[in-house]
Order: sequence, then structure tokens, then C-alpha cells
Amino acid sequence: MREALTADDRVFLMGEDVGKYGGAFGVSLGLLEEFGPERIRDTPLSEAAFVGAGIGAAIAGLRPIVEVMTVNFSLLALDQVLNNAATLLHMSGGQVSVPIVLRMTTGAGRQLAAQHSHSLEGWYAHIPGIRVLAPATPADARDMLAPALADPDPVVIFEHGSLYNTSSDLSATHHRRADIFSAAVRRQGDDVSLITYGGSLPKALAAADRLAADRVSAEVIDLRSLRPLDDATIMASVRHTNHVVVVDEGWRTGSLAAEISARICEQAFYELDAPVERVCSAEVPIPYARHMEEAALPSTGNIVRAALRTVGRNG
Amino acid sequence: MSTARKKSPKNEATRRGVGSSRTARPRPRSGARNDGEAEDKHRHELLAAMLLIRRFEERCVELYSASAIRGFVHLYIGEEAVAVGVTQALEPADAVVSTYREHGHALARGVPAEAVLAEMYGKVSGCSRGRGGSMHLFDAGRRFYGGNAIVGGGLPVAAGLALAEKLRDTTNVVCCFFGDGAFAEGEFHETANLAALWNLPLLLACENNRYAMGTPLTAEHAQTDLAMRASSYGMPAWAVDGMDVLAVEQAARRAVDGIRAGHGPHFLELRTYRFRAHSMYDPDRYRDKAEIERWRTRDPLTVLGTLMRTLGELHDEEYADMERDAAEAVARAESFAEEALLEPTADLLRFVHSEDQVARHGDDNGHQQQAEHGDDVPGGVA
Repeated sequence: MREALTADDRVFLMGEDVGKYGGAFGVSLGLLEEFGPERIRDTPLSEAAFVGAGIGAAIAGLRPIVEVMTVNFSLLALDQVLNNAATLLHMSGGQVSVPIVLRMTTGAGRQLAAQHSHSLEGWYAHIPGIRVLAPATPADARDMLAPALADPDPVVIFEHGSLYNTSSDLSATHHRRADIFSAAVRRQGDDVSLITYGGSLPKALAAADRLAADRVSAEVIDLRSLRPLDDATIMASVRHTNHVVVVDEGWRTGSLAAEISARICEQAFYELDAPVERVCSAEVPIPYARHMEEAALPSTGNIVRAALRTVGRNG
Repeated sequence: MSTARKKSPKNEATRRGVGSSRTARPRPRSGARNDGEAEDKHRHELLAAMLLIRRFEERCVELYSASAIRGFVHLYIGEEAVAVGVTQALEPADAVVSTYREHGHALARGVPAEAVLAEMYGKVSGCSRGRGGSMHLFDAGRRFYGGNAIVGGGLPVAAGLALAEKLRDTTNVVCCFFGDGAFAEGEFHETANLAALWNLPLLLACENNRYAMGTPLTAEHAQTDLAMRASSYGMPAWAVDGMDVLAVEQAARRAVDGIRAGHGPHFLELRTYRFRAHSMYDPDRYRDKAEIERWRTRDPLTVLGTLMRTLGELHDEEYADMERDAAEAVARAESFAEEALLEPTADLLRFVHSEDQVARHGDDNGHQQQAEHGDDVPGGVA
């Protein structure tokens, strides 16, 4: 964000506690001192008003980054996201574009119970008119922002809470604008495709390690963009491995995993050697107690078992 | 009255839409006397502007009955003094956010009647290419940002437009129209607080027509003095007779002057009344006919017309000319709408995303075919 704020004076950040507090998860620490209160703008607890204000400022030609503390809180602003941000360009016949970037935390794993832990990326990915990104690595979290800001239309970025404390030496990585439309093959394999995104990526990679010990070679696809989905990368992997496990922290019913499964059936049905497996969250509000929360979420063990089932091995 | 006025610029202004007549106008004083030719001329413009909206919407009723217009149509009849009065205080660089009852706002801001009616016909020449209909009129070139049919939903957007003006250090004002129904929405209260907290150049123009669809004011608000409640957010707020266009204009100018001077958001409670039902679907069973008749005696056309006749500045012949001009403007709009083309269904997926992005990356349906559409008005079938 620091780079974006430096590069373009139309860019500003606003949200609850993004300034003095430094962001609920410390994401914007130090930005207030560097860019001042006009551009690092603390808001009242009024999600509809400040998300809507971001939309208005975007219509007027600024490039707001609006942070909503969690996806659960974003429901208070869903009217603005759906009825305005996603809709105005089409409904106005192409006159009113809304170049807003909306960032929010998603997901469980931190014992925050049922009003701070849900994964509603699939709801947002249902909406035409917005792009939905889910960075799963520190490099993506940084490099997706510039192209998101360059996009003339609304972009929603979901940052999984469990990933905030992952780190990597970014100065050492090749520094460039990320391609925000493509999925990434995070690990190549031959026997089964593990298709996932966001907070489930580390679990899928761990599952691939364990599967390797069982002599099952797993390919891990990080979707990165949840709308649009990168069908080409998904189908290429399916054609190569002929077995699929979709891992999605959202609830199974009506989920992104369901959408991906349907697309595979539509586009690569005859490439499949077994039914598509889905590993999703249990259909309950996410509970507080650690063991119960863990039981509700996709786990490395669940992913391994699903993968073994689909390749015909009963792990 | 001089006969020269008959072909005076006021008639031109009517033809071009009211927005075109907003330059170099002296301010009216309340309790107006016969106070000079400029004010006399200005009152003619106000009357003509209100009359155009009235006749336009009356024709909409007939066209709706004839099935030329469909969907929801919310009429402004009775409330014309609000749109015409408030917009007098605005400059072309100012922005407006409106509601689903916005034909009057659009016409008063100079959106051509042709484009408005073509929109209601669902034609590609409509001001939103026929994608919005009556409830979603847009004209970005005139900074008219809809046409929001979620009650209260336009308020946060208006605050954001105002924030952009503040960050750019302009003296532009953003005017948001909304109703007494929206005053019950959280989005109003969040926006009022935010706008006051950030000292935004926002005019909150609350059209209190006493009904949220069928629910009367007293059944929707524990405290019905809306201006008093708005003032609790630390902004100047006052109530105005919304049937008196001169009073509305005067209040709006006072508010806009305050906003441009940097005093932050202002709230106007414009007390008005719709003479027609909520929408074309509404059988209007919740209002006493006698109540409607009482309010009709305060018809904004009558209020201003009577004053002007008393001042000796409006004669029957002139009024007949004004009526004829309005009728001609509506007839032109109707011919335009009738003859306009429909958008080709092949364009259905256009503008889900901006065209340059689609050209580069394809649309969500995996198509890349949109790139060749560069022209504004593609061919279609009538």
C-alpha cells in the first residue's frame, strides 16, 4: 500500500482504525505518519457509509482503498457493494465506473467464533461487475494491489486472517505487478489436482507433502482470482491428473467449490477418472473452542483422505 | 407586460431544459414585490420548469396506460417546487445524486426530456441506454449520478462524491435528494454523521412528502421533526415550505452558500406532498381524499402562478404560451422516444466491466467479443 500511495496521489486508504491504530491487524502501521490523516482516513463504525463513500470518491475519479475489518462486517455494506459498486456501470449504460479497491479479512482459525470467522468469498464471487481476488502469499498480497488499483472497476481483495503472520523476504522476490487474472500452479504433480485459494493453500501444500510420502503426486492450484475463475489453468490440470479435490473454506452448499466442480463437469467431464471431491467447512456457524473450530474447517488430514479416495487408495 | 417577453429566453430555457438557464441570476427575496424585470423573468423560468415536469409526467401516466412504459414509475407530481427550487442553487460543476422518483430532478438539471422519455421506453438512446428505466436515470456528463432505487442507498455515494471534492479542494457541492422514508434508514444516519464529521460539501435535500410508500410520517418516525433531528449531527438544518418554489430556492441558496464557504453539510427538510399514488401500481388506499384535496390547494404551480398574477406579471396569454411550450417539448420527447432504437441484445454483456478491461482480458463469460464495440450508439432494431 505504501508503494501505491507514493505512486499515485489519487490513492487513499480509509476504514476503521486504519490510521492511529495502524489497522486492526497492523496492516497499515506507520502509514498515517507518512501520508497524513487526509489519505489515511479513520472512519466511524459505519460500514455502509464509508464503503459507499469509497464508491462515490471512485466515481469522482479518486482511487480509494477501503478496508473493512472482516467479511462478516462487510455484510453491513453489502447494499453498497452489490447495488452500487457492481451495478452502476451496467445500469448507467457505461457512464459511471467505480474504480474502488475493497480489502477485507476473511476466514477462521483464530478462535474468533461465529461472527468473525466466516468465508463468504463465494457470495462476492457470485456478483457480476466486481473482481474478487484472494492472495495466499505475501508476494501476492503486495503485488495484486497495484493492478487492482489500475482496474477501472471494483476489485474486492480477501485476505485470510491466518496468513497475516506469514512472511517472506519480499525484497528478494522479483518485483512486478501481479497478473490478477490467472491461477498459479504452486506445486506440480501427476496424480491429483488440489484446487484451492487463500487460507487453504498452506493446508493443501502440506497435504501434497504427505501425499508424496504415500507416493501420490499432487498438483496444487492456487486460484488467486475467484471472479473471474481461470478455467484454462484448472482444466489443464484436470486433463493432466484426471483426479480433483477442491478445497474451499466456505460452506459446501452453493459454494465456490460447487461452481468449480460444475465447470469441471461441463468442460472436462471425460477427463475425469473419478468424481470430483470437495473439502469444505462443516455447515455450522464456526465455533469458538479450538477443537470444535478445527473440526469445522478443512484440514490437511481431510484433504489427504479426499485425495486418496479419489485416486482409489483408501488412506 | 411587454410582449417581447413572450419570445424571451425563458422559452428557450424551457426547451433546452431548466439547467441551461442557471446563469447570472439575481436572488429572489421572500415576500416578493414586483421587484424588477430580472426577478420577473426568473419567476417565469421557474414556473415554466415546473410546468414542463408536470406535463411530462402527466403524459407518462398516459403512456404507461398504453403500455409504452413499463416497470415501476414513481411520479413527482405535486413535488416539482423541490427539484426546481433546489437546483437553482447549483452550478453545472456540482453533482446530484437522486432517488427512484427522479424525473423532476433529471429535467431540472437539464437532462433532455428526449433522453429521459427514451429511457423509460427502454431505448438505447435513453440516458442510461434503456438499462435503468424510470428509476435509474443517469447523465454523467451533467454530473447526474442516478436514479438510486434502494431507499437511502444514494446517500453514502453522495458523501463520497463530496469527499472527492474536499480532497481536491474545490468549491463544488454535491446535492443528494432522498425522502422521509430514507430518514429511517441507517445509511442516512451513518452518512449524516460522516459528512458532518468530515465537514463534507454535501447538501442533504430531504423531500418529506409525508409517506414512505403507504406508511404515514407519524407511523414511521417517533419524532417527526426531521430537521430538528438532522441538526443533532451538528449541521445546519431547517424546514422549508416545499410547495413554494421561491422559498425552496432561497433556502437552497442559503444552504449552498454555507457549504461553499466551507461550513460543511447542510440539511433541508422540504415539506411537500405527492398528489399521485406512490407508483403506478399503488391503489392509494391509505390516504384520505380530503387530505389530498387540501394539499392540492397548495399546488406549487398554483402557489407561484397566483403570486405572479397578483404581481401583474403573468397573463393568460403568457400562461397559454408556457403550456404550449411544455406540450411541444413533451411531444418532441415522445416522438424521439418512439423512433429511437432498442439496444441489440448482443450488447447485453457490455459494461459489466469497463470496455478496455474486457478488450484485454475477456468478460466473465469467457468471451472476448466485446472489443469491437467502440461506437456509442450501435445499430439496433426499432
